[in-house]
Amino acid sequence: MKRLLLAVLASAILAACSSTPTKEQDGAAVEDRGAAAGQQKPPSQSQSTGPTTKPLDPNAVSGNPLKDPSNILSKRSVYFELDSNVVKEEFKPMVAAHARYLQQNRNQKMTVQGNTDERGSREYNLALGQRRADAVKQMMQLLGAQSDQIETVSFGEEKPKSTGNDESSWSENRRADLVYPND
Amino acid sequence: MKILKKLLLFAGLFLMIQTASAQLRIEVVGGGATQIPVAIVPFRAEEGLAQRLTPVVAADLARSGLFKVVDPGGMNPVPHEPEQLNYPQWRARGADAVVIGSVSKAADGRYDIRFRVMDAVKQTQIAGFVYFATESQLRLTAHKIADVIYEKLTGDMGVFATRITYVVKRGTRYELHVADADGFGAQSVLSSNEPIISPAWSPDGTRLAYVSFEQKKPIVYVQSLTTGGRQAVAAFRGSNSAPAWSPDGRKLAVTLTRDGGSQMFLINADGSGSPARLTQSTAIDTEANFAPDGQSILFTSDRGGGPQIYRIPVSGGTPQRVTFEGSYNVSPHHSPDGKSFTFIQRNGGRFNVAVQDFATRQVQVLTEGGVDESPSFAPNSKIILYATVVGGRGILAAVSSDGRVKQRFTADVGDAREPAWSPVVNK
Repeated sequence: MKRLLLAVLASAILAACSSTPTKEQDGAAVEDRGAAAGQQKPPSQSQSTGPTTKPLDPNAVSGNPLKDPSNILSKRSVYFELDSNVVKEEFKPMVAAHARYLQQNRNQKMTVQGNTDERGSREYNLALGQRRADAVKQMMQLLGAQSDQIETVSFGEEKPKSTGNDESSWSENRRADLVYPND
Repeated sequence: MKILKKLLLFAGLFLMIQTASAQLRIEVVGGGATQIPVAIVPFRAEEGLAQRLTPVVAADLARSGLFKVVDPGGMNPVPHEPEQLNYPQWRARGADAVVIGSVSKAADGRYDIRFRVMDAVKQTQIAGFVYFATESQLRLTAHKIADVIYEKLTGDMGVFATRITYVVKRGTRYELHVADADGFGAQSVLSSNEPIISPAWSPDGTRLAYVSFEQKKPIVYVQSLTTGGRQAVAAFRGSNSAPAWSPDGRKLAVTLTRDGGSQMFLINADGSGSPARLTQSTAIDTEANFAPDGQSILFTSDRGGGPQIYRIPVSGGTPQRVTFEGSYNVSPHHSPDGKSFTFIQRNGGRFNVAVQDFATRQVQVLTEGGVDESPSFAPNSKIILYATVVGGRGILAAVSSDGRVKQRFTADVGDAREPAWSPVVNK
């Protein structure tokens, strides 16, 4: 019964996507697949049609979907608009995939780290970053992850990915990162 | 004897602290409406000291912007005692007050430093003190002398013999520094590869509370400056931040996310017991700061939409909004006299230091830098220390509470940020 309820809630969330323009949604989905496919294909494959060989990738981690670049679970960052903690459409499939992964691996833990751009009070930004991390956690809980699997913390403006002080840097830094213990 | 004891106590604080390489230099912009002309005559026998006293005294007074230091050179004989003073000559140079003094060796090997502040107009003594100091205490003694002169001539408490703390970021390193209020003697008390923010002095000046990210999340620590030992006092699930000391030094208000959202709690400063929730909202409540009487707390909340400053009784209850001008008012800090508070106000895209009077609700914006952060008062309620950015580098700056005198602290390397002024611990 609980499962069913979660499933209903999950589909409700995904259905909420349809409230945004269809075009934008399509664009996001295509971009998403494209990125995954691009990483998946070794260069030699893309040019020839016959049998191909490829070297053994020493970095490939067999059986770990979290580290497989072709898997959506290898994507970990959710980006936000200014003064917003709304998870945008383009990031929902990725958040949903992590929620499913946590649901299927009940012992798996995760930390969601919220970040903000550099403008304004450091402590208030810390709280804003927390709000972003909490928004991601809340979505994952609705999609089947358990509360105790996810700790949300904030780095506020303290650990910027991009250090410039213009909009392109700021938008890089308005972000929540999904981090597993062995990352 | 009492002074000696205090000096020794004060000196003890430095034992466990390592010297940092970067010094802060202070540059003054602007000055008071009226500057008191004062002459500081070199003390008898101070040339032989490892640290001469009167240059430090004169620099302190000049930097405050409230004094005009009159050239004491060329007097024959150089006066060290009241009867050697030729008052008409000092009046001719424009001095309202003359400081004279002498240094000698006491029987126990310490220096015996005596000085007098003389009123050049009335030709009377305003103050006279004796200090005993070891060689390492000479600079502090000079600051104490400057404090006496400042207090006697302005009527306000001097804050030269206090210290400041701030965070320096150099490359990927973060260091928590403690320096004298004039930027000298900077020492690193914590160094880390992860950010450090929000240092706050305990009311007795012996401990610092701060937020460190060294465990890959914000955790509140309290560190003793006497022993260098420290303790995590808020390390709950989620984020722990924004420590503020109660005036009795026994409690800290902190922001915790352990129950969801960012809410304020009271904890014991020694980390014992469990947190008592102070605010109950679905909004952000953070940046607590205790009123000097310990009865209420100012904090930042976005319960009304954008961030504004609110006040709540320490016993809990309904918060009252206190800022109404502008859409972004954050980081409140009370003045030690309890009459006003400083905060950051956003005007357009600019973040500036402002002061609001509790009685009149009048707001005065004191800076125009545009990227100002983390303002807090000096213990005499006359100066506000804050962080800003100049030429792409983080620096500390200070502004008098009437906005007239501005100071910039520049470090040799790195970004300085998150400053806080120590309380007066030795008066």
